[in-house]
Amino acid sequence: MSAQLRFVLLLLTVTVSQCWLFGDFLGIKEKELDELALWPLPQKIQSSAVSFKLSPGSFQITHAKQSSAGPSCSLLENAFRRYFEYIFGDLKRQEKSRKKAFDSDVVELQVWITSSDPECDGYPNLQTDESYQLSVDEPSAVLKAANVWGALRGLETFSQLVYEDNYGVNNINKTDVSDFPRFPHRGILLDSSRHFLSLKVILANLEAMAMNKFNVFHWHIVDDPSFPFMSRTFPELSQKGAYHPFTHVYTPSDVKMVIEFARMRGIRVIPEFDTPGHTQSWGNGMKDLLTPCFSGSSPSGSFGPVNPILNSSYEFMTQFFKEISTVFPDAYIHLGGDEVDFSCCVHVLLDIVTATKKGYMVWQEVFDNGVKLKSDTVVEVWIGNKMEEELQNVTGAGFTTILSAPWYLDWISYGQDWQRYYKVEPLNFPGQFLRLIFFPSTDTQKKLVIGGEACLWGEYVDATNLTPRLWPRASAVAERLWSDKSVTDVGNAYTRLAQHRCRMVKRGIPAEPLFVGHCRHEYKGL
Amino acid sequence: MQQTADRFPLSPRLFSFNYGRDSSAQTGCSVLDAAFKRYFSILFPEFTKDEFFDAWSEPKSFVVTVSVKSRGCDGYPDEDSDESYNLGVGDGQAVLRSVSVWGALRGLESLSQLVYQDDYGSVSDSSPFNHADEIIIANCLNLSMQYFINKTEIVDFPRFAYRGLLLDSSRHYLPLHAILKTLGAFHPFTHIYTQSDVKRVIEHARMRGIRVVPEFDSPGHTQSWGRGSVPSGTFGPLDPTVDSTYQFMERLLKEVKIVFPDSYLHLGGDEVSFSCWQSNPNVRKFMEKMGFGKDFTKLESFYMESIMNLTAALNRTSIVWQDVFDYHERPRSRYVVEVWKQGCYLCEMRRVTKAGLKVVLAAPFYLDLPIPTHSWARYYNVRPLAFLGDDLIPLHTVLEIWKSEHYQTELSKMTKAGHRVLLSAPWYINHISYGQDWRNSYAVQPQNFSGTEEQKKLVIGGEVAMWGEYVDATNLTPRLWPRACAAAERLWSNEQLTLNADLAFPRLKEFRCELLRRGIQAEPLFVGHCKHEYDGL
Repeated sequence: MSAQLRFVLLLLTVTVSQCWLFGDFLGIKEKELDELALWPLPQKIQSSAVSFKLSPGSFQITHAKQSSAGPSCSLLENAFRRYFEYIFGDLKRQEKSRKKAFDSDVVELQVWITSSDPECDGYPNLQTDESYQLSVDEPSAVLKAANVWGALRGLETFSQLVYEDNYGVNNINKTDVSDFPRFPHRGILLDSSRHFLSLKVILANLEAMAMNKFNVFHWHIVDDPSFPFMSRTFPELSQKGAYHPFTHVYTPSDVKMVIEFARMRGIRVIPEFDTPGHTQSWGNGMKDLLTPCFSGSSPSGSFGPVNPILNSSYEFMTQFFKEISTVFPDAYIHLGGDEVDFSCCVHVLLDIVTATKKGYMVWQEVFDNGVKLKSDTVVEVWIGNKMEEELQNVTGAGFTTILSAPWYLDWISYGQDWQRYYKVEPLNFPGQFLRLIFFPSTDTQKKLVIGGEACLWGEYVDATNLTPRLWPRASAVAERLWSDKSVTDVGNAYTRLAQHRCRMVKRGIPAEPLFVGHCRHEYKGL
Repeated sequence: MQQTADRFPLSPRLFSFNYGRDSSAQTGCSVLDAAFKRYFSILFPEFTKDEFFDAWSEPKSFVVTVSVKSRGCDGYPDEDSDESYNLGVGDGQAVLRSVSVWGALRGLESLSQLVYQDDYGSVSDSSPFNHADEIIIANCLNLSMQYFINKTEIVDFPRFAYRGLLLDSSRHYLPLHAILKTLGAFHPFTHIYTQSDVKRVIEHARMRGIRVVPEFDSPGHTQSWGRGSVPSGTFGPLDPTVDSTYQFMERLLKEVKIVFPDSYLHLGGDEVSFSCWQSNPNVRKFMEKMGFGKDFTKLESFYMESIMNLTAALNRTSIVWQDVFDYHERPRSRYVVEVWKQGCYLCEMRRVTKAGLKVVLAAPFYLDLPIPTHSWARYYNVRPLAFLGDDLIPLHTVLEIWKSEHYQTELSKMTKAGHRVLLSAPWYINHISYGQDWRNSYAVQPQNFSGTEEQKKLVIGGEVAMWGEYVDATNLTPRLWPRACAAAERLWSNEQLTLNADLAFPRLKEFRCELLRRGIQAEPLFVGHCKHEYDGL
């Protein structure tokens, strides 16, 4: 890290007085600062000042001998290549500098998958074990995880431990990390209906999610304005409901690509088909699906939600969700259910989805309106007003819940609003009434909060501004959902996050700045 | 503007720009030659690609004849540039007339906005295919669509001469392709603008009829200066009490004059914090000597006045932030008078002149003042008065209003004092908020303040400001466009015809899509889509 960067970062963390005395800060060791740059902060980390060199010529990421995974595990092979490039940059471009190759102190990172099934070809799910142990030492570093999902998280941490010294040489300190997520559901919601989002944008943001250890892509794929999802069963839906039938749609192979790209990074894809409201675009391709509105005694020409009195509506829904349940491998489908008058029969829809053997997620209104829900339903709390009360009620009724109310990132404001997202404590509600005082961790009601989501709704967002608007603001949510409850120091977070955003920029993600300053490798796009 | 439904097809192969016979600009005019090339590819982006193919209409030629009255292809646009133009579009031809090449540039932009594509090609009788066939062929061959322009007459000119955009390359470095200027740099090799970078920016701007006005903000906002040249040796604002500061500023401004051709130079003068000055015993002593008491705004005024004088001596018009005016405007204080009672004014005079007055004397515009000041004795008599009223801010200095509270009152006062004014207060678009905030920018009425017609004429325009605290190459462009477009229309168009934001919305929405088509990463105004979406990250 350059002296200038250090100067700038430190200036920001102290209150700026008019006569700056930057000499005071020069004593801080570079490595110490870089060690702080882990994001999200691991649960346990021990680090020493002993540093080792890493050279692209002699360092490699390998399968440990004892590992149940080997070279046939394409998920890990891909991850090895990806993280090697994150650490050393694109080697093709720097052929010349390779001549200066030196020996590595650490020659390999051994990845050791301990359970008999590494899940190389599987999908992550709500129960997935994402914990890992990482030990960095000479001459080998070892990353231990039950299966590939923990290994992916550990590879990210390893790559974040590597830092460039002033001569451009990669270093890593002797370190031990033992890490696991605080919450199992850590999601990002993107909205591809209000504006169409190209595959390029979606994939890049999946990359950024992995850098922040997010593990759920909540794909709000259709809504009132457009229906870009191309259904094989009902192709008219996108032919007539998308902004454009060819350029603004997701073909079945596009959807497959998103799911596979996400899987390779340990990310679940949960599609949301919001019904019975938010379905204006469905009506373009499906005649009679929506309820015609009347003015007086004659139809007004406009349409309301899905028409609940026609059998054809339910027949359509049955077939449609049957297709959805095969296209998306995740055990959950998000059924929406928000912002609609509940005179219509939501429970019938829920039964339809239950028949496909999928679990469902719903927005909080479905719970609020007393619709009978399956016991494994995930209720998403999104209304900021009385959020704690809602969490108390939902978990009190025994349902699992995720929180997105404080993290509507589409609501932008001037300044460092990431701090507001960072300061949220998701379990800040009373919880179980009769709780064992000596064993507060046995509060089963609080355990029903399984995570949260940062939502970037699409009214004002498309490919032009989505990525910088999401990152690094969503990173604040990432740390809240991964790291220990006690990790709350905003000043310390600032220092790490500023560097983490530079790391994202270096990896090609146009993450916007937190405040005044610069990155050694600035964004090259535009 | 008058337009009819008569439309004429344009074929890229038979489309050309020509200079009119009576035009004083002819082939070889750098600005227009380059503009023809630029607008051709804006009009017909597919033409440069191989797949372009005129499928279904009789190609017809279309000639745009440009006639410019006065010479000046190699000059720079300035405050007096005439940007008006007349454009007439008829069958097979368009005639664009302007006084200057800058007006011609504005006319070419309008022309490019008049051209549109028909989604499914020409449906005219001469079409060899029926409509459905055309769709299929267009999709199969990835053909471009047919271009059209309607019969149109335009008479156009800007409402304000100064329509600016402020970018801040100090708080975050903006790579050359994203920018403007400055010295202050974070990294001595990778984060600076060399003189040749600056030249490129200026030339790029000139070709588009854009003036580059550099701002070297002092005496505050100068922390980064201290690390290069050392004018003061402390870490507060510049030290206004020592000669070396003025010598440094003179050298700096002389260099700036050589590098930047524009007749305006922004001197800053905003947000000076006085705590460091206050802590410095030398500064305090100087304050005493000058009879400023403890009013540091007087010290700043003293400094700014000297710098404005320096600038005038270099034949440049100063722009300063409103703070400079506000300080001058403060009520008369008693202790200034008290200084006069302390005798030995000649000793005082000697000391004061040592502290930088000689540069002030060099300023030729002092001759224009109502009170003659070109004698030492008189000068000394006048000097303290400089801090009592606004009459000693040189009249041709342009004041820029940036504080959003009471900006109408400020407009009123400044213009009443006879100053020309630039408005940026309502257009600090680095302040983002949820929703369609372009409507706020659009609703601004720069001349809606109490004052005479003469006063209103002193508002020479405005600036959209994108300060850099939270902006760098990752997010600058989408934050700027199309939000800055709202102020652009306010500063160019007739206010009475453009007050309704709802009427502007569909036009702006379409224009944003046009920006995308031209490769500008402009963010959406609201839910919807464009035919050509941005395909980057």
